[in-house]
Amino acid sequence: MPKRTGAQIIWECLVNEGVTTVFGYPGGAILPAYDAILDYPTIQHVLVRHEQGAAHMADGYARASGQVGVAIATSGPGATNLVTGIATAMMDSSPVVCITGQVPSKLIGYDAFQETDITGITLPITKHNYLVTRVEDIMPTIKEAFHLAKSGRPGPVLVDITKDAQQASIEWEWDPKPVKIRGYRPSRPVTSAQLSKATELIRASKRPVILAGQGVIQSNGMKELIAFAELLNAPIAMTLLGLGGVPASHRLNLGMMGMHGEAWVNHAIQGADLLMAFGMRFDDRVTGNTKTYAPHARKLHVDIDPSEINKNVTADAAIVGDLRETLKDLIEVLEPADHTPWLEHIESMKGDAAVRDIQTLPDTGHLYAAHVINDIWRITEGKAIVVTDVGQHQMWEAQYYHHETPRSLITSGGLGTMGFALPAAIGAKMACPDAEVWVIVGDGGFQMTQAELTTAAQEGIKINVAIINNGYLGMVRQWQEFFYERRYSSTPLRSPDFVKIADAHGLAGFRVEKRGDVEDVVQRARSTDGTILIDFRVEQEDSVYPMVPAGADLDAMIRRPEPSVLAETGADPI
Amino acid sequence: MHHTLVALVEDKPGVLNRVANLVRRRAFNIESLTVGRTAEPGVSRMTIVIDSDQASAERVTAYLYKLVNVLQVEDLGAVPAVARDLALVKVAVAGHDRATLLRVVDETRAHIVDTGEQTMTLEITGEPPHVDAVIARLEPLGIVEMVRTGQVAMRRGDTALSAAQYS
Ligand SMILES: Cc1ncc(C[n+]2csc(CCOP(=O)(O)OP(=O)(O)O)c2C)c(N)n1
Ligand SMILES: [Mg+2]
Repeated sequence: MPKRTGAQIIWECLVNEGVTTVFGYPGGAILPAYDAILDYPTIQHVLVRHEQGAAHMADGYARASGQVGVAIATSGPGATNLVTGIATAMMDSSPVVCITGQVPSKLIGYDAFQETDITGITLPITKHNYLVTRVEDIMPTIKEAFHLAKSGRPGPVLVDITKDAQQASIEWEWDPKPVKIRGYRPSRPVTSAQLSKATELIRASKRPVILAGQGVIQSNGMKELIAFAELLNAPIAMTLLGLGGVPASHRLNLGMMGMHGEAWVNHAIQGADLLMAFGMRFDDRVTGNTKTYAPHARKLHVDIDPSEINKNVTADAAIVGDLRETLKDLIEVLEPADHTPWLEHIESMKGDAAVRDIQTLPDTGHLYAAHVINDIWRITEGKAIVVTDVGQHQMWEAQYYHHETPRSLITSGGLGTMGFALPAAIGAKMACPDAEVWVIVGDGGFQMTQAELTTAAQEGIKINVAIINNGYLGMVRQWQEFFYERRYSSTPLRSPDFVKIADAHGLAGFRVEKRGDVEDVVQRARSTDGTILIDFRVEQEDSVYPMVPAGADLDAMIRRPEPSVLAETGADPI
Repeated sequence: MHHTLVALVEDKPGVLNRVANLVRRRAFNIESLTVGRTAEPGVSRMTIVIDSDQASAERVTAYLYKLVNVLQVEDLGAVPAVARDLALVKVAVAGHDRATLLRVVDETRAHIVDTGEQTMTLEITGEPPHVDAVIARLEPLGIVEMVRTGQVAMRRGDTALSAAQYS
């Protein structure tokens, strides 16, 4: 057996796990690994500008590809900088492995230079984490970390490796045996009792609604879900993270539910007699007030994570297991159903509630975020991977970019992390080099992680950054408008000249102030080499409608005020 | 309401921390938490008594299963169980009738495990309410120091909780 240092073993393991790209930042405690990587040319290392960026890039890589994303950082501040990114991945069940250097084992607990108890800090925001102090433990631990990150309900795993463990060497070879973890059951077989209870509810239903979450995508159950919905002729409402799991153009796809869901979707849920929740977790942003949520509906909940059952909403029937397999089982035993009256009823609710096709609205010269996003959708033929940040632009993206394919929308849902978009998009682009990648980001969020623009430039990749520049921390401003008497506390936002920022990075920058210019600039940007940035100067005080105020009943939506139907009618803003 | 959960966990560093953190995060008050070995190598057993209703206890059980190092969880609220608590109580002997103390000891099946010049140390074992009752009788006599192990518990009957299936 050849001799290997711990540092070499780290990379050997990553190579064996199929890793080709890692995102990281060096420092003292991880130096041995950074020295060893030079001998592993199949692994491309992307040097980030802040470790938060590394974690988001690994996350974006994972979400775009379905493969584990890897982030590397040194001890102390390097490790703590990962925290926001790890929490983001945890909330959205994204398979990420973080490897951090730790001070030498004999210094742990002595407040050594750059010592931080990162396993303690990340305990509640990782699926699992490890402190490795012995070189022999590196391989088994990294193997377990990858297995945990991607199996069952995916999530981030952190492996903290002391410097002495990286420096020590042993006789070593790769152990290809599959990982077995004593108390870990990533998924369990579906029982016939569970299935028959579920089918009973389904057969009894006259007004069913399917709630499709990210689990559809993560279980690769897109085809099965569509087959299931078509078999029952049942409508599908999507969560934010579920978007793309069912083509937006599918006749049974109602669109997004929840706080900024379309009115008819929320009304359908409130009027349903059966909710079939597939790989979603009844987050408070989709239920509103749980006491009045879907009051006439029985609930069938299918999830791979047993702790989700009965957590937010009590289930009348539940299946714990892989969604795709469950759907196959259900399709096998169920007979076709016809819910045409129910579908017609939902269709009739669209009426004036429908967001009118804003493409056809007259150009008043004003630039609305919704227009920008809808135009980008049209110009990219809905085929781009869109990575959003958090705020109004994120919700407009969900409403106006119609996703046809899974993994084409990457967004921070559960944690709502501003600063996510740019680094996550870099990760997505590294995972899918042939895809057209667009960043839809606010002027606020862009400034949180804009340093990663340099990373994109250094890597020579092409992503398209659309800054929806409204001069405000818009979503917070909107809440202040609705719920705090328009007292705009700390939400007006001054920004640097974004075009010059692009220029300073040697990247092409554009500015758009009129709707008539959107198409031309977007096309020019697409055909320009390298990462580009567009500063879209949009209407400053537009709001996202409809809106269910936090904690309110799901059908108590704030609608776009009639006299100032901004984006829809193109009327002059008041 | 007190709720008793038993968890078989892997004997690995940080497991106690993970369990305690999970309960803390959901803001359940831990009445007691004991950890010790089991007959199976590498497996420890925790008895967790929390102040919660049945629904919350079910939540905690579900979350416990999410921890990679947790092998088995049993909710003893739902089944007949034997529970034991042990207390060591140092009671002042000066200033009152020694005979009163000895009578309490006798009547409550406490054991005298140590005698000092000013104090006497008693061991009380039993169901937690029994231990509470004895302590209540000792209080007027002057408790100088006290420690309780916290509850350990086991299901009655032949059904045994085992991690053998996870070896
Ligand atoms: C890191 C972080 N800090 C604060 C918030 C709270 N927050 C949510 S949306 C928002 C405003 C975002 O402003 P901007 O990026 O300009 O996007 P807009 O809403 O204007 O489209 C803020 C501050 C957050 N989600 N994340
Ligand atoms: Mg803004």
